[in-house]
Amino acid sequence: MEPVTLTRKFEKVCEILDRYGRDPGKLIPILQAVQDEYRYLPEEVMAFVATSLDLPPARVYGVATFYAHFALEPKGRYVIRICDGTACHVKQSIPILEAIRKRLGLDEKRHTTPDMLFTVETVSCLGACGLAPVIVINDDVHGQMTPQSAVALIDELTTKEAAK
Amino acid sequence: MTATPDLKHIATAFSTAAAKPVRRVIICAGTGCVANGALKVHQALIEKIAAEKLPVIAELREEKAEGSVWVSKSGCHGFCQMGPLVTILPENILYTRVKVGDVAEIVETTLKQGKPIDRLVYADPTSGAHCVHGTDIPFYKRQQRTVLKECGHIDPDDIREYISHGGYEAAEKAFTKMSAKAVCEEVEVSGLRGRGGGGFLTGKKWELTRIQTEPKKYVICNGDEGDPGAFMDRSVMEGNPHSVIEGMMIAARGIGADEGYVYVRAEYPLAVRRIRYAVEEAGKLGLLGDNLFGSGLSFRLHVMEGAGAFVCGEETALIASIEGKRGMPMPKPPFPAQSGLNGKPTVINNVETLATVPLIIRNGAAWLRGIGTKGSTGTKNFALTGHVANTGLIEVPFGTTIREIVFNIGGGVTRDNGTLWPDGFKAVQIGGPSGGCLTTEHLDLPLDFDSLKTVGAMVGSGGLVVMNRDTCMVSVARFFMQFTQNESCGKCVLCREGTRQMLALLDDIIEGRATAETLVTLETLAVAVGKGSLCGLGKTAPNPVLATLRYFRSEIDAHVFQKRCPTGRCKALRTISIDAAKCKGCTACARKCPVHAIKGEVKKPHVIDPAVCIKCGACAAACKFDAVMGV
Repeated sequence: MEPVTLTRKFEKVCEILDRYGRDPGKLIPILQAVQDEYRYLPEEVMAFVATSLDLPPARVYGVATFYAHFALEPKGRYVIRICDGTACHVKQSIPILEAIRKRLGLDEKRHTTPDMLFTVETVSCLGACGLAPVIVINDDVHGQMTPQSAVALIDELTTKEAAK
Repeated sequence: MTATPDLKHIATAFSTAAAKPVRRVIICAGTGCVANGALKVHQALIEKIAAEKLPVIAELREEKAEGSVWVSKSGCHGFCQMGPLVTILPENILYTRVKVGDVAEIVETTLKQGKPIDRLVYADPTSGAHCVHGTDIPFYKRQQRTVLKECGHIDPDDIREYISHGGYEAAEKAFTKMSAKAVCEEVEVSGLRGRGGGGFLTGKKWELTRIQTEPKKYVICNGDEGDPGAFMDRSVMEGNPHSVIEGMMIAARGIGADEGYVYVRAEYPLAVRRIRYAVEEAGKLGLLGDNLFGSGLSFRLHVMEGAGAFVCGEETALIASIEGKRGMPMPKPPFPAQSGLNGKPTVINNVETLATVPLIIRNGAAWLRGIGTKGSTGTKNFALTGHVANTGLIEVPFGTTIREIVFNIGGGVTRDNGTLWPDGFKAVQIGGPSGGCLTTEHLDLPLDFDSLKTVGAMVGSGGLVVMNRDTCMVSVARFFMQFTQNESCGKCVLCREGTRQMLALLDDIIEGRATAETLVTLETLAVAVGKGSLCGLGKTAPNPVLATLRYFRSEIDAHVFQKRCPTGRCKALRTISIDAAKCKGCTACARKCPVHAIKGEVKKPHVIDPAVCIKCGACAAACKFDAVMGV
């Protein structure tokens, strides 16, 4: 199985590399496209990108670790981002984060549930301050949250997944 | 090659078609309103109108417009908290918090009979007055909208509508009737200063780039709005993306650039989409590309999505990011004007600055000088958030006071639960992690670049976070320090290590370990970090701490010397106890306590053992008699 998936993996990467003309200056959009495809940046893919662009792998790894958007580990199906910008913070975003973590059995060090369903992270501002406090689940913004309503959202998703 | 677009013709054709529908319904589709379900309301409205056998159009096409109801989307109005917002023309009725369930009534009462629905219009919480028209609402009435004038009114995805409001006329003028030098001069004379925080004269920056002899030059729009609590640029990019593109075209004309980048924060997916679409549309009309307006000049525009690094708001770091590198700042000089993107002369301007430029070219430098103060001309957008009744995006002339913004536009200070708190004002945090605090003594200070500097704050990008008296200022300072510590790129030792140490010292204060020496070290470090850092991030990182030390010394002292948080927000410094006079001995608290720290007999006052208590506050939540103190 393994070699087959790997070939498929690199086919997609080649497609992305070609789309950006294999230009080393386009490294960030390339990595963004790769991450859209795999939901994270697998190490072997980064090495492949580096070789294809004629860059040292350290340079690619350096860029991948510098920017917050790049993930080096796979994320869950639902990425829950709790906004901790100033407006959300003064409107008590931390109790929401704590409540969600508690419900999912996660903490500051463990961000993803073992069943790969949920990843919990914080983000410094989503620009939806008028709705503070805000959480985003994948691409859906939920405003004026409370710890109770946030946990209710998670429970809803858990039930939905269990029914599948 | 596309022929030179006939702007007048496009504008007339659009206005003629736009006059044909009997009504226009505009649904705000900014990030905030979409989160509240605006797209569902949009869909439901179209379906309901069609079901009622009324002609409905979602896009303006002349042949179908006659007698129809035109349902369109707009960008952000700025009044996000009251969203989804629905405007109905020609009556100019504004509905707030519209739900799918309200759609049937809107169609029946307003669209068919032209009557407003009382329960959907905004009711002023102080006077109780119902405001049928958006312009009656105090939040809007006291603003002066120039850059945001079209935001929330025009369809950002329809370039024809922007053109029908005079859009791209200024670019045409700059390319056909003005010399490059004249463009830079006009902007310089207007007194326009960079809205991204620096406050440098835009025209001067352009002139410095224009005089470079290198033939290849770039224009970059900095839309990497990373300040937490700020969303001015997001709203402009979402609500009127063409104004930003036009500003960039004029900048390109002024400095002689033929290529540009719009760098947008990845956290703003809607803004990225709208800008990308706007660039495509402008290209189709021949407003971007070669031989613009028959001048023989070219300008191409790319959109780049950021990847989540606050430091990329710094211009040299942003350039590194576009080049595909780690976004680390470079020492200046050389300035980007001399050697920027790919080593070529580059102008980097903020979104709001660029959106102001077409207005200057169209109305003249004197127009901008007529607004604002002598040293800070024009208007400024602020994101008003926090403990304030009306949160949202506002635009006011420079020189407006904090009092006007918080109490008149913002409608006053609120408690955590959102109710008004007339004497609850404590501070306004301005300028995000680089800024400072303004307190009651600054309520009448005019907001402009220079007067803010005198009190140790800065305009920054324009985030205004109002804080009520329940907010612990030491925690706020710690919040910003944690932010900058996290976002420090690691290049300068003092920024990388200094912010970490400052954060640890603030933790000591909050957790009750601090001594007098902590404060001395904190102050010394604050000065050192500011001096020993290369870019704006490090240079201004100590500002929130310095502002707290300056204006809230007694609050810090209470934490350090009395081990007491005056607001009771710092968990480690709380002592929770039970008021024996109020306690009925119901045992509710003892049963809820996760660590069994509460002892007592039934129907007799209970006691908390401070040695066991973890200060979680569960007891207070369980108590029906308000007997738990200190939470």
